[in-house]
Amino acid sequence: MTAPLDRPKRKNPLARTRLPLLPPAARSRTAHGLTAAAAEGRFALQVCAECQAVLYPPREACPSCLSARLPFKDVEAGGTVLTETTVHISPEPYFRERPASRIGLVKLDAGPTAVAHLHGDVGVKARVRLELKLDRSGAPVMVALPQEDTPNMADDPALREMTCDPKFRRVLITDGRNALGQAMAKAMVDAGASLVFVGLDNTWKPFAGEDKLKALKGVEFVPLDLTDSNSVTELALQIGARVDIVINTAEHVRAGGMVGGHGLNDARDTMELRYFGLMRLAQAFGPVLRMRGADGVNSAAAFVNLLSVHALANWPAYGVFSAVEAACLSAAQSLRAELRGGGVKVVNAFAGPLETEWYQTLPPPKVAPSALAKAVVDALRKGTEDVFVGDVAQDIRARLAVNPKALERELGE
Amino acid sequence: MTGRHPRKAYDGVVACLPVTIPYRRYSTNNAQWWIGRALRELVRGSGLRAQDIDGFSLSSFTLAPDTAIGLTQHFGLSPRWLDTVPLGGAAAVVSLRRAARAVQSGDVDIVACVAGDTNHVDSFRKTLAHFSRFSQDAVYPYGAGGANASFAMIARNYMDIYGARREDFGKICVAQRQNALSYPHALMKSPLTLDAYMAARPIADPIHLFDCVMPCAGAEAFLVCREDVARSLNLPGVRILSTIERHNACADDPVQVRGGWVVDIDELWSMAGVKPSDVDFVETYDDYPVISMMQFEDLGFCKKGEGPDFVRSHTFTNDGDFPHNTSGGQLSVGQAGAAGGHLGVVEALRQLTGKALGTQVQDAAIGLVSGFGMINYDRGLSSCAALLARPS
Repeated sequence: MTAPLDRPKRKNPLARTRLPLLPPAARSRTAHGLTAAAAEGRFALQVCAECQAVLYPPREACPSCLSARLPFKDVEAGGTVLTETTVHISPEPYFRERPASRIGLVKLDAGPTAVAHLHGDVGVKARVRLELKLDRSGAPVMVALPQEDTPNMADDPALREMTCDPKFRRVLITDGRNALGQAMAKAMVDAGASLVFVGLDNTWKPFAGEDKLKALKGVEFVPLDLTDSNSVTELALQIGARVDIVINTAEHVRAGGMVGGHGLNDARDTMELRYFGLMRLAQAFGPVLRMRGADGVNSAAAFVNLLSVHALANWPAYGVFSAVEAACLSAAQSLRAELRGGGVKVVNAFAGPLETEWYQTLPPPKVAPSALAKAVVDALRKGTEDVFVGDVAQDIRARLAVNPKALERELGE
Repeated sequence: MTGRHPRKAYDGVVACLPVTIPYRRYSTNNAQWWIGRALRELVRGSGLRAQDIDGFSLSSFTLAPDTAIGLTQHFGLSPRWLDTVPLGGAAAVVSLRRAARAVQSGDVDIVACVAGDTNHVDSFRKTLAHFSRFSQDAVYPYGAGGANASFAMIARNYMDIYGARREDFGKICVAQRQNALSYPHALMKSPLTLDAYMAARPIADPIHLFDCVMPCAGAEAFLVCREDVARSLNLPGVRILSTIERHNACADDPVQVRGGWVVDIDELWSMAGVKPSDVDFVETYDDYPVISMMQFEDLGFCKKGEGPDFVRSHTFTNDGDFPHNTSGGQLSVGQAGAAGGHLGVVEALRQLTGKALGTQVQDAAIGLVSGFGMINYDRGLSSCAALLARPS
């Protein structure tokens, strides 16, 4: 049984901060099919389009029929451990400073045999369920979990290396004034975060939901205005070294497109808060996040962007807003690459219209802020990188995969 | 396909002039240097000029960006037959059998079979990290244990199924160390007791320290030529009775419990016209003792699953009833990269010509050398073997 994590003690300021190291990240281009699946928490392997053989490790030709048509598809994730070892000695510094790795050969129900990390609660030659996860280097690995959930299983040291579980971590929510920020703060407290900093642009100004937010255990208000570089820098100086997860909840939703919108001012305001706000956060908090990726139980773990799914395909009714979201998505890709060296994940949660006042005129389906918050907690616990929340986001994603041009036309109708 | 065409004997072809460039744990010299020294020893020992060596067969892991062709210019060779055998522990026998056929057919007169690798500080980690595409994508990221971890899983499975114990593996290692104590080039120079073996620190359960070879720098080499050529050079020529080679066999075994030898073993014995009891010593590929035990089974010295009992009922020192890895094997001499397989061939050539550098196996007339290599993903893919006989 997994021993539950102890609440981390106050950090000894004289002790050296353990610097982040990464497990081997090199993968073949084809193996990034696994990266794509792991990023979304799917279990997908190559399935031969001609003979239906399920293949692993990733290949360029099917060993049964030599077909080159080998798309990745979701497959059964069950398996049985055939044999195992615990690797005590590795030449890789990442593994040398971590507990010995327990790995096994697992016969997948889908067919092939895979080397996998074994969760501590997996018994000898046991049945397991496999997940594809992104390890600390952002590269995909197989993880074999016990067939049924076990107590404290998320606290398994090897598993926690691959997730961003909020438990005992300290979270910064950049805007607590809106419903999204408040839902997110509650979700993080419920998920076991030890401290939740909630940013407010004018701390003295009252706002709806303030009392409830204040009543949450572990919530601490901090002054933060994402449109003001000094404000962001000042906060990072104060609390940067104690922030393990950043969740940017700043919102600026305005209807209108390029021609029929409200001129440049709305566009500038949206850009100022969403895009430059993100950049200010990245510049102020990024360096310390990247240094603290291996800093014990409450190491830096994730930077979460809440994006409109229309970042992926412009919705002309909210054309300017969509364009800014697209800029934020692009920036997030850069941020992801830059934080990867520190073992810190960038999580992008894509949603359609939310159940908030700025989307008041739109018909359902819409996403409740609490649902988006729950999806973010799930993503952090699973260690996924891209999450599509709600029916609209799922719909846009599916249509984009089939025919982006059709989607472009249809969004403009 | 209608049955297998009978294979031609290796009549008239011999292997001779075993050469070892003494191993070093770490070397500041590169692989080209080690290979060059081995080649020079072949030239010196044969009295030939480098230009007279018209065939060159090379094995190395650490030669990048060069391959064999670059070394022809580097060393001033002008061969008419050139081969690279990137098969790790299987390279020696494969190199030998290819060269033998080329010599026999007249495509070439004298082939220098050379394997050499360097071991810089940290170069072993890099070799592991980039060993193969499957390993890079699907093995190395899991604890980065390299071959130790993969063979640990194979060893545990073998122990579970066939009842082998660590003590049995230890017996093999201890005997090899005993053999190594008289072999001047062995890196391990102190005796090993079974207690020390059992008490060694774990590397990847059930593999402990003395189950692992020590990566090092070194080179091994020999010549393949016609018998009359060897005689004219005053080199005792070891005859090649038979050879086999097989890759990616038994692919459906969920975990490796046998090597490709099982597919071709009958032919190895029938082609040579000898039987296992005729063999005076055996050089197995001992990257881990479990693999040596598998070879006792798969090469026909006992049945599958009888490996542990076979080990318990035999003695493996050079004066024992089953002399095995007579120079100490890689476990005690060291593993000089791709030269690991050549260690066995070179030692067999010495034993069969009565020129062992360590303890001579008495009246050694027939020796078996086996090769195994290339753990591409979850198992070793290449296996091969050769039966060799002392000069007629």
